[in-house]
Amino acid sequence: MPAVLSEAFVSPAAGTVPSALAVEALSLSFGGVTALSDISFAVAPGEIRAVIGPNGAGKSSLLNVVSGLYQPDRGRVWLGGHSFAAVPTDRLAKLGVSRTFQNLALFKGLSVLDNVAAGLSHRLRAGLFAQVIGLPAARRERAEGYARAEELLAFLHLDGVRDRPAGTLPYGMQKRVELARALVARPRLLLLDEPMAGMTLTEKRDLSGHIRAARDDLGTTIVLIEHDVGVVMGLSDRIAVLDYGRLIADGTPDQIRNDPVVIDAYLGVAHDLEAGEGI
Amino acid sequence: MTDLALEKTAAAAPHRASPALLGIGALLIVAYGVLPLVASEYLFDAILTPFLALALAGLGLNILTGYAGQVSLGSSAFMAVGAYAAYNLALRLPGVPFLVDILLAGLVAAAVGLLFGLPSLRLRGFYLAVSTLAAQFFVQWVFNKVGWFSNNSPSGIVTVPPLSVAGLPLDSSAGRYLFALGVVTAVTLAVWRLVESPTGRALVALRDHETAARVIGIPVLRVKLLAFAVSSFIIGVAGVLWAFAYLRTVEPAGFNLDRSFQILFIVIIGGLASLRGAFLGAALIVVFPLLLSRLGEALLGGLFDSGVLEMSQRIVLGLLIVTFLIAEPAGLAALLDRLWNRAWNWISGRFRRTG
Repeated sequence: MPAVLSEAFVSPAAGTVPSALAVEALSLSFGGVTALSDISFAVAPGEIRAVIGPNGAGKSSLLNVVSGLYQPDRGRVWLGGHSFAAVPTDRLAKLGVSRTFQNLALFKGLSVLDNVAAGLSHRLRAGLFAQVIGLPAARRERAEGYARAEELLAFLHLDGVRDRPAGTLPYGMQKRVELARALVARPRLLLLDEPMAGMTLTEKRDLSGHIRAARDDLGTTIVLIEHDVGVVMGLSDRIAVLDYGRLIADGTPDQIRNDPVVIDAYLGVAHDLEAGEGI
Repeated sequence: MTDLALEKTAAAAPHRASPALLGIGALLIVAYGVLPLVASEYLFDAILTPFLALALAGLGLNILTGYAGQVSLGSSAFMAVGAYAAYNLALRLPGVPFLVDILLAGLVAAAVGLLFGLPSLRLRGFYLAVSTLAAQFFVQWVFNKVGWFSNNSPSGIVTVPPLSVAGLPLDSSAGRYLFALGVVTAVTLAVWRLVESPTGRALVALRDHETAARVIGIPVLRVKLLAFAVSSFIIGVAGVLWAFAYLRTVEPAGFNLDRSFQILFIVIIGGLASLRGAFLGAALIVVFPLLLSRLGEALLGGLFDSGVLEMSQRIVLGLLIVTFLIAEPAGLAALLDRLWNRAWNWISGRFRRTG
């Protein structure tokens, strides 16, 4: 597998077009349990790349390594031309990377508008004193932040709920607010951890449209973890398949659909197929 | 809450904005214009001035606990730092105007708060709460032990110099009240600006989801320490008011653990993450023992002595706090909001029917 991958693997070191994201021989284990084992792949700019696999395959661990919440035991992560042994989470937003979480990670006590505007926190320059006194620069910065947030609310059809506390919204809408917060800074790379979990079919279709629009209109590269394989096949350019922490396949939806190894991983003896899942 | 109910409150919001401003305006007129003329010395000394000092302390703790979500059990330590710092500044630097003393006392309290906030970078929840107890006991111990802070007074109790600002003596009951009112108004305005600012938003983000806050680029460690510093600054200023405007003496025992809990109760009963909550909670905490003692005397007469009073205070207060935590975690502020909404809907409903 690594031999095949190396052709697709374009790290800045290789000197060709830099990938939006590349991981190189990532390994991670928790007290003897292997979460990721020697994983390498690259995501081209402007690509929508899905990561699928059975429960416990290591998908979320992979995103957590890429966003620096976990430190890999071995391997490197390439982001925006920089290589990291451990991604600095505090600088993630500055590197042009944003993410959503598998379980809702909104600021429940803040309004929808403030949640989305918070996505621009890494750009704030004004100090506390300037904000409290209301110096022109601080006021301009605050107004610009809200204006950007309003644009995103309109983009994701959330303008009707802008002043409501985020915690009081229905689940599907909270997911969309999280997407807006992740998109407001116009990230180069967006990581989505099960953005459609628990959504109805209509909500999933809507969100797929929004994700595609984010790529087409904002030029964002997207890596998403998703369980609903039907959605994944329609949405992604390429799909990486994880099983037991290993990358067992990486290719176009058609290649993945017909890959015997993938079919085996999903239908094989080792894993039970979850209700509602399948290829 | 159903969607319908939410839409209703959202729709009512624009109407409510101006009554809220009118309400604040009316309160300020009463506080500045009416009360100084009509209130008795008892009302100033026993109710209004301590209410203002405690409300300010509640406001300070609310920034840390209500907004930033970091529980502190050591608030009165920072009141003590503020009070002793102001006392020593007034004593040792007589030429410095008192308003500058207050500012410096607040900064000293902020520095001490920053120091005791350092554990928050590694600890959270219950463990952090316990570590803030260290501030409580350490600070009280230092002021007991080191005579320099109380100018080597043998009893440990010191009398503060009479209050005057810019040559204007404010040593009367009304003068001390007005001074406290001025300080509280100014600080409240600044706090309101703070919680509405991007920094205020970062505080809540930190409380609601620390990992998400880190990922979007909020400097979590800096914001935490900032919360400790700002909160301790305000509580320190509250300590200055407590010592100079209310008691006119300073002693370490006045800033014990009971006082810290009192401030925490103000925040819980009044409403976490609510500016009004600090004032409502402080009003309840100050007025409630007086009402209870009147009530007890009326019902039980001579049987209701000070021991019984203190005990029944604790029991009723404990019950109140448990009730609030279960029935209305958002405190008096939310309770009043709900009543106001209901009244508003009732009134507008009647208007619609008749008009």
